[in-house]
Amino acid sequence: MSFSGSASFAEATRVAIFGGTHGNEMSGVTLVNLWMKNKEEIQRKRVDTEPFITNPRAVEKCTRYVDTDLNRAFTPENLSAPGGDDLPYEVQRAQEINRIFGPKGSPEAYDVIFDLHNTTSNMGCTLILESSKDLFNLQMMNYIKKAIAPASCLVLLNEHPLLKYSTSRSVAKHPVGLEVGPQPQGVLRSNIFEAMRVILKHALDFIELFNEGMEFPPCTVEVFRVLERIDYPRDNNGNIIAMVHPNLQDGDWEPLNPGDPMFQTFDGKTIHYQGSSTVYPTFINEAAYYEKQQAFVTTRRETLVASAIRKA
Amino acid sequence: GKGWKREEKVMCFPRLSRVAVCGGTHGNELSGVYLVRELLKAEKKVKKKKEEEDEEPVSVQLVLSNPRAMQQCRRYVDTDLNRCFTHAALNGSPSDSDPYEMIRSRELNAMLGPKGSPKAMDLVCDLHNTTANMGLCFIAYSDSDWVCLHLFRHLQARQYTQQANLLRVHLDTNESYSLDSVGKHGFAMEIGPQPHGVVRSNIYTAMKVGVQHVLEWVHFFNSGTVFEGGLVEVFTMVKHIDYPRDKETHNITAAIHPQLQDRDFCLLRPEDALFQTFSGETLRYKGKEPLYPFFVNECAYYEKGIALSLARKRQVMIPSIRVQTEQEQQANERGFKSEEEE
Repeated sequence: MSFSGSASFAEATRVAIFGGTHGNEMSGVTLVNLWMKNKEEIQRKRVDTEPFITNPRAVEKCTRYVDTDLNRAFTPENLSAPGGDDLPYEVQRAQEINRIFGPKGSPEAYDVIFDLHNTTSNMGCTLILESSKDLFNLQMMNYIKKAIAPASCLVLLNEHPLLKYSTSRSVAKHPVGLEVGPQPQGVLRSNIFEAMRVILKHALDFIELFNEGMEFPPCTVEVFRVLERIDYPRDNNGNIIAMVHPNLQDGDWEPLNPGDPMFQTFDGKTIHYQGSSTVYPTFINEAAYYEKQQAFVTTRRETLVASAIRKA
Repeated sequence: GKGWKREEKVMCFPRLSRVAVCGGTHGNELSGVYLVRELLKAEKKVKKKKEEEDEEPVSVQLVLSNPRAMQQCRRYVDTDLNRCFTHAALNGSPSDSDPYEMIRSRELNAMLGPKGSPKAMDLVCDLHNTTANMGLCFIAYSDSDWVCLHLFRHLQARQYTQQANLLRVHLDTNESYSLDSVGKHGFAMEIGPQPHGVVRSNIYTAMKVGVQHVLEWVHFFNSGTVFEGGLVEVFTMVKHIDYPRDKETHNITAAIHPQLQDRDFCLLRPEDALFQTFSGETLRYKGKEPLYPFFVNECAYYEKGIALSLARKRQVMIPSIRVQTEQEQQANERGFKSEEEE
């Protein structure tokens, strides 16, 4: 392990906060609407943060999406697809968002985008990282975790080549997912709302400090790396035949050992976890994932090292 | 000398031979959806066996009320099915532009009713979930349905869940609108908290056992058991409270206060915290009477303008009941016939 001094990054001046990527995840919708009316709370020196509702039609209908999941829509194919009005609504939105905040992968893209989500899973506050090499994000997440301690904010790393997906935030150079649960879809819980708000406050504080020239020393960040998606047991017609076991329900981030109860059939039989080693499950019983064939994902704990960073 | 024997009045009701258990009235309230599906599967297997065992089996009709909404995992397609069972809705002249749920309510009325007629199901049990922390809640719309109140008492006595409450919803118009009102007796079994679109195993099990207890009680009732009367604690709806809203956009400007969130059926006193605005201010309950909140932060009620509902708690005296004997039933029917002839 060697540090070759600080890694330097350009000042992060173009920042966005996305709400309503899923129209029924109410914390983000509410916060972004609030800040669109009055930006005072998210204003910082040297950084202009733009609040933005990514899927207004889904928000209006209080539904996850209208035609297709916006948070899976930012694929290269979709972003370059011709067809205009004939395209599914969310593909049109993805192209529009890519125009405003991207283009994805280019130097003109926004520096940081925070994408606000809720989950029915008992995940608490979770930051989602898309690359283990994003030093800027790692340092920011380290800052946030320290700032809210002893309250906890865990980091989920989804770098899996097959399970990784094309999120709205991925148009930015430094995409940050923020997932807070448990909260039912369509419901606004005060404690969940406030928790998300506090995390964003610290995130923007970090950016302000960074832009002012503060150097952030090397740090380690504990992350949970996505391993695999586990589906519900199904019958030959694809119908679910078991539920998340009561022992596993709400047990996000707790170790799941080989042999532990995993599912319970409708007539009460237990199905056990057959993996070869202990894993850390999360996104346990997320409503939106029934149709995506996912009862939960498994992760393993890792410690990532981030070298020092400062502004160029 | 002779002791006085006080004769207790026992009310007699006809046999409950036809029971309906309905799931998926709201397509995203999944305990009922999955439970009815499982019962339908099981029914295929055991039907033959049961007919051989019982002399006069109770016929249990299993119904998936709103299949299209279930398919899309939504509460409803065009309009809330559980508001489509008023007499006006059921008997209005059908038109091509009718909402799906209006068409469906008429189909269900033909299947389980007609509402108000002697052909209607004896008992309709409608399964629901709520995002509110209401535990197991029996919802009765009728004023004095002793069968339902006794049923509730039986479930409560079984003590298989921590929290069981009976809620009576008083309707201003006196006109019932829900699916369970189609039967001669009916109630909703509401269990929460559960997010819509999710199956939680503990909630599913509670509903499954609840339905078993209901059918078990029906069996005891039909066998002639006398169910002793007594006091039942009932929550009676008084009013709703909406969220504070922005005048222009109509969007909510506050959330249920953390001190109220998840405290369904815990007494709310004047000046207790109700809402927390997005700027951090606490809004308090300004009513004069302490009342019991329920349906606190139910997802589906945002669009109905309800943040929470409030109820009074009281004790209701219910009489002892038993099933009518065959002679009593025949005498009753003769009475009906002669009334009709007159």
